[in-house]
Amino acid sequence: MHHLWLIPFFPLAGFLVNGIFGRRFSKGLVSMVAVGSVALSFAWALKCLLALAPLETPHVERYFMWIQSGSLAIPYELSVDRLTAIMLMVVTGIGSLIHIYATGYMHDEDGFYRFFAYLNLFMFFMLTLVLANNYLLLFVGWEGVGLCSYLLIGYYFLKHSASTAGNKAFIVNRIGDFGFSLAMFLIFITFGSLDFQKVFEAAKAVPVEVSAGMMTAICLLLLVGAAGKSAQIPLYVWLPDAMEGPTPVSALIHAATMVTAGVYMVARSAAIFTKAPIAMETVAWVGLATAVMAATIGMTQFDIKKVYAYSTVSQLGYMFLALGVGAFSAGIWHVVTHAFFKALLFLGAGSVIHALHHEQDMRNMGGLRTKIPITFAVLACAWIAISGVPFTSGWYSKEAILGAVHHHSPLMYWIGVATAAVTAFYVSRSMFMTFFGEYRGHAHPHESPPVMWVPLAVLAVLSLAGGFLFNVPHILEPLFPVEHGGHDIMLEIIGSAAGLVGIGLAYVMYVASPGLPDSISSSLGGVYRLVYNKYYVDEAYDATVVRPLVSGSRTGLWQFGDVWLIDGVVNGMGGFARWIGGGVRTLQSGSIRSYAAWVVAGAVIFIIAAGAIAGSNGGLR
Amino acid sequence: MDAILFFLFAAIAVVSAINVVVQRHPISSALSLVGVMGSLAVLYLLLGAEFIAAAQMIVYAGAIMVLFVFVIMLLNAGAEKSPRKGWILTAVAMPLLVLFLGMVSYIIQRGFPNAPLVVFGQFTGGSPKDVGMALFTRYLLPFEITSVLILIAIIGAVVLARKEME
Amino acid sequence: MPPIPLPTAVPLTYYLILSAILFALGVAGFLFRKSLITVFMSIELMLNAVNLTFVTFSYQHKQVDGHLFTFFVMVVAAAEAAVGLAIILTVFKNRGTLAVDEIDSLKL
Repeated sequence: MHHLWLIPFFPLAGFLVNGIFGRRFSKGLVSMVAVGSVALSFAWALKCLLALAPLETPHVERYFMWIQSGSLAIPYELSVDRLTAIMLMVVTGIGSLIHIYATGYMHDEDGFYRFFAYLNLFMFFMLTLVLANNYLLLFVGWEGVGLCSYLLIGYYFLKHSASTAGNKAFIVNRIGDFGFSLAMFLIFITFGSLDFQKVFEAAKAVPVEVSAGMMTAICLLLLVGAAGKSAQIPLYVWLPDAMEGPTPVSALIHAATMVTAGVYMVARSAAIFTKAPIAMETVAWVGLATAVMAATIGMTQFDIKKVYAYSTVSQLGYMFLALGVGAFSAGIWHVVTHAFFKALLFLGAGSVIHALHHEQDMRNMGGLRTKIPITFAVLACAWIAISGVPFTSGWYSKEAILGAVHHHSPLMYWIGVATAAVTAFYVSRSMFMTFFGEYRGHAHPHESPPVMWVPLAVLAVLSLAGGFLFNVPHILEPLFPVEHGGHDIMLEIIGSAAGLVGIGLAYVMYVASPGLPDSISSSLGGVYRLVYNKYYVDEAYDATVVRPLVSGSRTGLWQFGDVWLIDGVVNGMGGFARWIGGGVRTLQSGSIRSYAAWVVAGAVIFIIAAGAIAGSNGGLR
Repeated sequence: MDAILFFLFAAIAVVSAINVVVQRHPISSALSLVGVMGSLAVLYLLLGAEFIAAAQMIVYAGAIMVLFVFVIMLLNAGAEKSPRKGWILTAVAMPLLVLFLGMVSYIIQRGFPNAPLVVFGQFTGGSPKDVGMALFTRYLLPFEITSVLILIAIIGAVVLARKEME
Repeated sequence: MPPIPLPTAVPLTYYLILSAILFALGVAGFLFRKSLITVFMSIELMLNAVNLTFVTFSYQHKQVDGHLFTFFVMVVAAAEAAVGLAIILTVFKNRGTLAVDEIDSLKL
């Protein structure tokens, strides 16, 4: 026993303490509890992992039987293998940094304790998700992080857009969760268990399905679940809106950890996915389409957080692409490096927004390089990492993915490379618009306090060096054997060049000749408007799903079902009772004497009955 | 002797009870009721209930009826003089009552075909000592509860009858 | 009812029938009298009738329990009289009448 349960327990305790007593605590104490619990969790996870090394086989700890019903037996089990170990480090490590950052960023907000209570609760559920040893417990964490996501997106709940964004995230995720639930049912029916070890052991014996079968059905349903949580087509629409939440939330939940839960879940279920090539192909194409679509939208946005949100969707698409072509370890590698640089991008953006007093429109920024140099410096690290400049963390994982994709299908590879260029372009665009040129806003920028930029600096180091510090495919080799041999230098040069081309193009358009973007966008006209309005996906969903649902509910369920049918029946009953009562109420004269007469009449009837019995029996006894 | 005493006091009780019902003035009704209670006390003695007979005289005929008379005098309630408009009620209730009485008598006769005779002195378990023994052993809890009940009644009466403090 | 040639003692049933007669008279008083006080006295009459039954049965079973019930009925009757008469006083104070027919606010 290494007491793995303590890892999620610390944040839970932090949540309870802050949630119950936080209102009376000072801000310093709330911060201490919140950061301390996550840091403890990180330390304990580190201690467990060091004690458990090298962890070639999963380490399982069973605590108690959770659900026992017929053949369904679900123990409360936590387990650690190398995949979990990586996720644990990412979640607790980056979680700690973001908690520290948030104490500075949220300092002047109302409901300080509420924010940190939710954040700790999120950590608890995320760690449950990662540590779970069966699908149901994973689902508990899965739903829990969704709940916290909802709560934190709607943190500024007095703002209408924030509360609707929270609802949107919650409702869209329900669709995914429905798919996930169905997948769990199918898994239980097929394998008779939800336990990871048992299911994967059984799945190994199943032959690879050439045409669609049970495995394919399970995997596609799991994909629906993953697409909901990890914001893939067609369920990605909630993530950009989720930027209504405070920036640390965007960094922690909607960039670094929760949205990668789908990737983790698919990688965890690799044993099933490898038996369903059709589902794998679907995963790859969904990921690729998402990556391209989100990247193109990212090029046209002006809200700095929206740019990074679409970037996150796009990068998640990349991860799914990796999973789809069978490069599970490359996908997880990208999860890790993406967690570094995307958390950094968001936190840096938060620092910019903080400096400019909640200005998020990049058209009102510019020239901030000299005004907030530290923020610029750390953001620049994230910038080159996501752009795939050689030897940064993003470069390693991206090249790993692209190499595997080329092995699988050259067509996908070239689309992937183009997307990489687009990625570099939009991130560079946001950097140039924010930090270069002349300042176009009216606020007075000020550098963020150390409590905010120190975590940024740590993340910056990780963004630069995380790639060769953590060779994830090597770590994951016991789980996911490397499928293809060697590095192709040519592919790496092409991939690197794509990133540099993107940066160069952005430099030309936004620094060298600033008039160019407008002329290009006006010459493209309709296409530009299409992309700028995010391909009208929200509008299309609104017209095809939301409106029919609302009007159907309004006329069918409400006016017919509720008002006419249910209310009609209920009112009819009431009317009937009134009618009866109208007849009987005449008895109710209000005169005590008539009541007494009724009592006497009743007594007489009773006595007559008793007398009849006495008469027929010949006696009472 | 027992039979003579029974019939005498039963007759007094019934006549007094009829008087309670038919007298128009409340004072007359109240005094007739005292008569009923007094004769019932004698019947209790015949049945061997010494303590109850005494309590009947003291509590009922004494305390409660005095209270009644007191209230009647306090309210200066005169004779009833409302017009008899409840004749429908009378027409319905009178036969009902007669039927009730007949039925009950019938059941009593049928129920106890071999009822024992009531002989004075045959049952002597109703002395104050016996009642007290039972009251303070088996019936202690109900007895204590009645004391609470009386306390509540006192408070209730005081609250109801006191002058409104404006 | 078999004829009884002037016996020295009467059967138990006579007491019970006397009790029934008194009870019926009490009910009659309750139904026919107009004054609240008389109605209340009729209730006392009914209680007495029931007490007689208790004592009679106590005699029949040669046990003291019936006496105790009677005792408790007396206690309750005393409490009832106190509260009841207080209510009558209040009613009279508020409405200026004791006629049952005029106190009909139980009706909606």
